Amino acid sequence: MGNAVSARGLLKKFGDAVAVDGIDFDVREGECFGIIGPNGAGKTTTMKMIYCATPRTSGELSVLGRDPGDCPEEIKKDLGVIPQENTLDTDFDVITNLLIHARYFGIPRDRARACAGELLEFIQLSEREKSPVDDLSSGMRRRLLIARGLMNDPRLLILDEPTVGLDPQARHLIWDKLRMLRKASVTLLLTTHYMEEAAELCDRVAVMDRGRILAIGPPGELIRTHIGEEVLELVLSSEDQERIPGDVQHHPARMEITSQKCLLYCEDCRSLVTHLTERGYRNIHRRPATLEDVFLTLTGRDLVE
Amino acid sequence: MRKGAPVTGYDSMIRLSWRFLRVWLRDFDSFRKYIVVNLLGNLGDPVLYLLAMGIGLGRFLGEMQGLSYIQFLAPGIIASAGMFAASYECTYMTFLKMFHLKTYDAIIVTPVNIEDVVAGDIAWGASKALFSGALMFAAVTAFGLVHSWWALLILPIVLLVGFHFASLGMLVTTMSRSFDYFSYYFELVITPIFFFSGIFFPLDDFPLWVRGIANCSPLTHAVTLCRALILGRKPPHTWLSVAIIALPSIVLFYTSIYRMKKRLIK
Ligand SMILES: Nc1ncnc2c1ncn2[C@@H]1O[C@H](COP(=O)(O)OP(=O)(O)OP(=O)(O)O)[C@@H](O)[C@H]1O
Ligand SMILES: [Mg+2]
Repeated sequence: MGNAVSARGLLKKFGDAVAVDGIDFDVREGECFGIIGPNGAGKTTTMKMIYCATPRTSGELSVLGRDPGDCPEEIKKDLGVIPQENTLDTDFDVITNLLIHARYFGIPRDRARACAGELLEFIQLSEREKSPVDDLSSGMRRRLLIARGLMNDPRLLILDEPTVGLDPQARHLIWDKLRMLRKASVTLLLTTHYMEEAAELCDRVAVMDRGRILAIGPPGELIRTHIGEEVLELVLSSEDQERIPGDVQHHPARMEITSQKCLLYCEDCRSLVTHLTERGYRNIHRRPATLEDVFLTLTGRDLVE
Repeated sequence: MRKGAPVTGYDSMIRLSWRFLRVWLRDFDSFRKYIVVNLLGNLGDPVLYLLAMGIGLGRFLGEMQGLSYIQFLAPGIIASAGMFAASYECTYMTFLKMFHLKTYDAIIVTPVNIEDVVAGDIAWGASKALFSGALMFAAVTAFGLVHSWWALLILPIVLLVGFHFASLGMLVTTMSRSFDYFSYYFELVITPIFFFSGIFFPLDDFPLWVRGIANCSPLTHAVTLCRALILGRKPPHTWLSVAIIALPSIVLFYTSIYRMKKRLIK
């Protein structure tokens, strides 16, 4: 299988500020590829270069086998884009939003009608067909944006934070839909701030920070290489904080101390738990390592900016 | 795939296509939805001018250039209705769609490029001018002020005026940071044009420099054309007048597209 997106040395500057700093990555056809990273990491900018809304400063970029600089309209006809902010057309109701969007693609009216009907079914908004979009809840708007992005039967679906601000029900509904699309071999490229979303949906994930890609790979593999299998979380008193480095120094565990907690990343934590209990530590919480650990380890715990 | 060097092609080219019609259709659909508001909004002001000034003021003014005052006034009101409609559409309305409603953002992820969006909106502004002009034309006909079939040529003139002021308005929008800019534009540009284009009084008796300035205004020429056509007379310099309206609009049209692309596609 080929690559839906291929970037080499992809660089984007706004004036002198570097937003995307020469990144390399491929999105394989048919996979779900996620980009995670803190605010301002350059995720949206990367997406925008891919969906031809902003030109790159330098580097190479190929989307569905074409260069966005040469033939944006040829690329865009096969893309579905769900932007970070709501861009529904408030002059029109739900169904008209879909139909007008289809017209931008030159899709004939009857086909657009049939397609809009199916998609409204798919996102469970059939009853709200005639509602003005301003009357929808934010979850419904998000779903409608997804339906709109699917009107042209895209080969590559680009979602910038698809579930931001949604309740768990709505989020799970959208996840189900995305899994169905993935099964139908639509290539998915998404960004998210929810680590369980990335772990749940993505075949591969890129961790991005300050315009660079820090790591790339399947979520499970990233967790194993950067963290290990398990994590111990300890709540420490101040004298415990003093003595803990000495107590764990003979164990192959990486330690991180934050203001309230101590985190220990280890392959097999059982012996360490026994050891720490013997040394009189209480409140030891043992859990599997997650993508969030990878994220925080790679991008740091401090708030960027 | 392009190798190495910085990417510039996409930036500097204007990629206009017939897909601008799809943007025009979107605006038309929105217009149809609010048709009643549109009808009232477009007729209100100009009809008021015609009644208050044409009939009210006209009683005291007597004849102007051998015409009753209302007859003198009416063609200019038709032309200026086109100017106002197009200007409003491509300033306030475009700005609203561009920044507040994110309509532009939604369209440019489809095969419709930003150039088409701007061109579609300008085309819509010109159409809106034609619509307003046609409504005014109907009202003026009802007042019994149309005396020749040649008067129908007023409609393409209004469309041209619309194209001119839609493009100019779009250019102002490319520079505007907020709605306040448009108040300045209307107060400092559009209103003076409205009052000094020979709509309300003939410019013949003014000093040469005043006439010179007025003759640079496309609306002056539109008014002269319409005033002759409504009576079935031959305008003094038909093609020169048409050129003075049309040629700058072509420049304005491309400049506004170029500037808008620069502004939105960073
Ligand atoms: N149009 C623009 N002009 C100038 N700077 C910009 C522009 N768009 C983005 N930037 C800058 O580029 C950097 C990356 O922004 P981007 O929106 O890509 O981040 P992000 O990873 O999507 O963040 P978030 O998670 O908050 O959405 C930021 O520093 C931002 O200020
Ligand atoms: Mg973003």
